[in-house]
Amino acid sequence: MGSISLQHVKKSFGEVQIIPDISLDIKDGEFVVFVGPSGCGKSTLLRLIAGLEDTTSGQILLDGEDMTKAPPARRGLAMVFQSYALYPHMSVRDNIAFPLKMAKAPKALIDQKVEYAARTLNLSSYLDRRPRALSGGQRQRVAIGRAIVREPKAFLFDEPLSNLDAALRVNMRLEITELHQQLKTTMIYVTHDQVEAMTMADRIVVLNAGNVEQFGSPLDLYKKPANRFVAGFIGSPKMNFIDGPEAAKHNAHSIGVRPEHFKLATTATSGTWKGKVGVAEQLGSDTFLHVHVEGLGLMTIRTDGDQTFNHGDDVYLTPDPTRIYRFDASGVAI
Amino acid sequence: MARTVPTSTRIGFTALAWIIALLLFSPILWVLLTAFKTEAEAIAASPTFLPQNFTLENFAAVQDRSDYFKHAFNSIIVSVGSTLLGLAIGIPAAWAMAFAPTKRTKDVLMWMLSTKMMPAVGVLIPIYLIFRDLRLLDTVHGLTLIMTLINLPIIIWMLYTYFKEIPVDILEAARMDGAELWNEIVHVLVPMAVPGIASTLLLNVILAWNEAFWTITLTSGRAGTLTAFISSFSSPQGLFLAKLSAASLLAIAPILLMGWFSQKQLVRGLTFGAVK
Repeated sequence: MGSISLQHVKKSFGEVQIIPDISLDIKDGEFVVFVGPSGCGKSTLLRLIAGLEDTTSGQILLDGEDMTKAPPARRGLAMVFQSYALYPHMSVRDNIAFPLKMAKAPKALIDQKVEYAARTLNLSSYLDRRPRALSGGQRQRVAIGRAIVREPKAFLFDEPLSNLDAALRVNMRLEITELHQQLKTTMIYVTHDQVEAMTMADRIVVLNAGNVEQFGSPLDLYKKPANRFVAGFIGSPKMNFIDGPEAAKHNAHSIGVRPEHFKLATTATSGTWKGKVGVAEQLGSDTFLHVHVEGLGLMTIRTDGDQTFNHGDDVYLTPDPTRIYRFDASGVAI
Repeated sequence: MARTVPTSTRIGFTALAWIIALLLFSPILWVLLTAFKTEAEAIAASPTFLPQNFTLENFAAVQDRSDYFKHAFNSIIVSVGSTLLGLAIGIPAAWAMAFAPTKRTKDVLMWMLSTKMMPAVGVLIPIYLIFRDLRLLDTVHGLTLIMTLINLPIIIWMLYTYFKEIPVDILEAARMDGAELWNEIVHVLVPMAVPGIASTLLLNVILAWNEAFWTITLTSGRAGTLTAFISSFSSPQGLFLAKLSAASLLAIAPILLMGWFSQKQLVRGLTFGAVK
């Protein structure tokens, strides 16, 4: 079991309030991603759950039991750090075995679990090496191995892939998702990368300035963003926002159109916005066009990778009328 | 681009460095040579550089007159004992200051350092009276205690500096892995800080070994260390330069050897954190 419940959790560092008031319920076995820009309080929230920071007020319940004041060692959670945080003076074997030694597990059981974790994570041939003799990806696997052997109630990941190169990050992303499917243990994963959030999560918590902007499934967040912040944060490239008279036509303070929700034409059709192509980013499968639309500003358009555009080409954009997001003056979705 | 230094400048600076090194070493060299001379040779009006009548009798005389081995044993007990006791107090203290600091941590560190700036003679009378009343005068454990106390600020400061270099993530990982505070310090912090702890240990053994003020003031015959041993040769028998040199040589030889063999560790420890 590994349900986690936060009830009116608040955190301040001196005068600075980092988490004003958060309540969340994470179900047993769920993969929840905390996502948000730098300084939004996502790592702090994770550290509060881990017990590495004390809450200013509120309660943290693990499996219904109040653990707000319990030290990290007693919470039965495992954490994987961005810096891997391996013990440099111990071999891979000792690193993975450390939590079991702390739990005073019998030696035979420790050996068995370490071997199993090493097999699962393809680390069997590195067991006698020191962390410094491993690559970044291998070190991250050791950190995960160390977390697995404890059979924790939940895994906490604090931006674990940030130090890896792009290709390795994609591989590790898959490995962690597979691991979740295999173990079915609750996982909380902190990242600032919305692609990681969308691809890995069962549910995503979007945080901004210490507040939960929205908590829902990736597609919910994509299709029904609660406000302008979530609409802008989820989806890549970012949603285009339009204020003023064009928004007023839709009875809104501002409207948003995702780059993939435009029809693009090279000849004028009725109801279109005329623009000039600025930069065309060709990815092969897609092309991202940055189009200067008179009176509306710069728009990003996702189009088929087969079409070619040149700087200064005239294009006509028609937003899909069923996929225009409307927001009121305070940014809340209408 | 690498900086180029003309050969003549390099030769000049090297020569200067050697001259300064030899000047600094000359008193020890003088002691070394005099220890093997006869008393007459040592005070000769026109002294010779090398001993003309090489002799070991000074060493025998020194051991006969005041027990060298007893003083050496006291030196070992006091310097090693006070350092180990200091580390036992200093490691948890430095842990607290490095990893669980409060608003006042810096002030506490500065206050501890300030105690080293005060002349020892300023607290001589109260300490002497306390030692007298607690019957600690001329005892090895009393001397060990005072040595621990006077070197504790340095121990804590050094350890604090080394501990600050250790990534806090690793200690937090240990906490997440179920390590209670004791295990976190013993299994993670200490092994990672071994180079720093080793240089703190070496430096404090040397400081305690060489300490003279409190040793001479608070001990007489029973608990005297090698610094008291040398001083017992110096005043009333000042003219016996050869015996005094033999005594000095015997007193500094162990620590000189230890310093020689551990200089790499000492230099590494003292410059730790200076260049990342």
